[in-house]
Amino acid sequence: MTWTRKDLLTISELSVEEIELILTTAESLKEVGGRDIKKVPALRGKTVVNLFFEPSTRTRTSFELAAKRLSADVINFSPSTSSVVKGETLIDTARNIESMQADIIVLRHSSPGAADHLARFVHSSVINAGDGWHEHPTQALLDVFTIKEKKKQIKGLTIVIVGDVAHSRVARSNIAALTKLGAEVRVVAPPTMLPLFLESLGVKVFYQFEKALDGADVVMMLRLQRERLGRALLPSTREYAKLFCLNSERLKLAKPEAIVMHPGPLNRGVEISPTVADSSAAVILDQVTNGVSVRMALMYLLSGAT
Amino acid sequence: MNHVSSKQTEMHTVCIQGGIVIDPGQVNGRADVLIQHGKIVEVGYPLKQSINKDPSVTIIDASGWIVAPGLVDLHCHLREPGFEYKETIQTGSASAVAGGFTSICAMPNTQPVNDNAAITQFMLTKGKEAGMARVFPIGAITKNSDGEELANIGELVGAGCVAISDDGRPVMNSLVMRRALEYAKAFGVPVVDHCEDLHLTDGGCMNEGVVSTELGMPGIPDASEEVMVARNLALADLTGVCVHLAHLSTARSVELVRHAKAQGLPVSAEVCPHHFSITEEAVRGYQANAKMNPPLRTDEDMQALRQGLIDGTIDVIATDHAPHALQEKQLEFDAAPFGIVGFETALALTLGLVQEGVLSLEQALDKLTRAPAQLFHLPVGTLSPGSLADVVIFDAEEEWVIDPEQFQSKSRNTPFGGMTVKGKVKMTFVEGHVVYDGR
Repeated sequence: MTWTRKDLLTISELSVEEIELILTTAESLKEVGGRDIKKVPALRGKTVVNLFFEPSTRTRTSFELAAKRLSADVINFSPSTSSVVKGETLIDTARNIESMQADIIVLRHSSPGAADHLARFVHSSVINAGDGWHEHPTQALLDVFTIKEKKKQIKGLTIVIVGDVAHSRVARSNIAALTKLGAEVRVVAPPTMLPLFLESLGVKVFYQFEKALDGADVVMMLRLQRERLGRALLPSTREYAKLFCLNSERLKLAKPEAIVMHPGPLNRGVEISPTVADSSAAVILDQVTNGVSVRMALMYLLSGAT
Repeated sequence: MNHVSSKQTEMHTVCIQGGIVIDPGQVNGRADVLIQHGKIVEVGYPLKQSINKDPSVTIIDASGWIVAPGLVDLHCHLREPGFEYKETIQTGSASAVAGGFTSICAMPNTQPVNDNAAITQFMLTKGKEAGMARVFPIGAITKNSDGEELANIGELVGAGCVAISDDGRPVMNSLVMRRALEYAKAFGVPVVDHCEDLHLTDGGCMNEGVVSTELGMPGIPDASEEVMVARNLALADLTGVCVHLAHLSTARSVELVRHAKAQGLPVSAEVCPHHFSITEEAVRGYQANAKMNPPLRTDEDMQALRQGLIDGTIDVIATDHAPHALQEKQLEFDAAPFGIVGFETALALTLGLVQEGVLSLEQALDKLTRAPAQLFHLPVGTLSPGSLADVVIFDAEEEWVIDPEQFQSKSRNTPFGGMTVKGKVKMTFVEGHVVYDGR
């Protein structure tokens, strides 16, 4: 199996073999982070541009660190300080960046399909770092990597995704990845936060958290975006926390060795209780660590450094 | 592919010979059409009047082609005044006649909105100056289409508006809609509603369904259209005034209208070629040219719209011609505007229904000529002796590939680029003058 894609836009378009290749590559690159000198020369002389149209700290930092550990030059381009505020289109901004010989553009944008759109206009490799509600493929890859690290394999696991799936790119990418790899994926949320025809993505839909947790190997919490409250999706964070906060009692409904995941940042006391977030079941910080390895692996594969 | 100015084509007597004439409800067969001084004089074979020895008669050979009344579009956006970078009345008219349309009803969502006589007169003047299709302005229902106070509907009708509509900014307040229907009754103009509950749409940009869920795209539910269709039917019943429902897109909308018509409610409905030709699948790959409002729906909806055309639930085919500049459709899908260049593909797409056996050629042409003219009380849409000589001649068999670069419209936005279709406009006449010659 060799890597042939120019871009990484979605999990949906990847084959199981491609996902496995990324994970295997990430495994061998993870060791770099444990070294005294955390750097390999694989992307020396290459330029990676983080083009982030939405605020992000952890994802951008993770990509930056990944690129730097591979010895690439990294530029962070954020719209508040750019010509975007002057009305420049995404494509023109990206073409300008490309003209400065960027090898990889990492894009985060609020429009679904933005990365797809960009990839059609530029020759640089494009990595989708989140496009609206659509996909966040590197998050799903690092989640799968983390689950595999803890559970050895994905196939046969029962994985519960909890929260606002309708507006979640993390959920869409994880559903695509986990169903492809043979897990039973359950989603649970108030029905206002579940899109129509969700079953068509191959998941089981629940409205009651307790029922969904029964026999779960992995509980994946989504962040509650408080700005959704005004959109008639929820009565209050109080009621949401009452029904959907993962606390110690609820966690007992899952398998004893179940792990708890969260893409961050956490709303402690809303979707996850501090006790659970800080417990040994939580692998939230492993996810962050693995994020760097997975992103290194992707950049390595996309730059053709095989 | 030339537009010929009317001076060059000043022809007192024209005889269109050898074609198959389809004047829906009147003539369907081999006939010649004799035009004098801009009017239809005679349709028949052989003609009673002898023109053989008159050298001043211009003979048009239409052998193998269809000769029909010029097409009538109840729903288009000519973008002038205000959005001349998308289209002008000149380019829009050129696009219309290239597509066989000789009468076009222009929606009021211009800038400023066509909510007063000055704008109406401006549009009429520009239409006459363009000298191609007849331009019939549609006035606003409410001032600035804000949905609050009624526009000066009497003034608008007096200036030449043939209908009223707030178009893409539908009247959300049902009391205002009721009053509009009642008030319009005095002037006998149809009230047109773009049926959409904007609260339900909530920023959606494609059909809400399997594809939107997969693409992570905010969806527009069927219900967004259907609740307003239901409201309008109730108001038509309450007021006794006919509501014309623009561009229906869902199966339930068709069912609601079918039921209302069976009960004798005053209602008419239109459908657009894109809605009966393609589905939400066209959006995959985030194709902004497939972004329309109402959105492209499912195959089930498409079949229901076709059934509605067959059984007469849907009265007319309208283009919803909505040109947008390249830079606008190059935006990300959710940021790009809704709309499609409609005039130049409408006939071929409608003939697609004929080729598939959904409609007969006469039925299809009826929905594009006689029926729309009758709904908006326009003095066109027929080849009866004495009527205005607005005529389209087309080759129903000729295959061609839709190439947006060849459009007469100023804009290029269409999801049909590259598609092979059958049926090509050869000549278009308005009042006996050749306004388009594609032979």
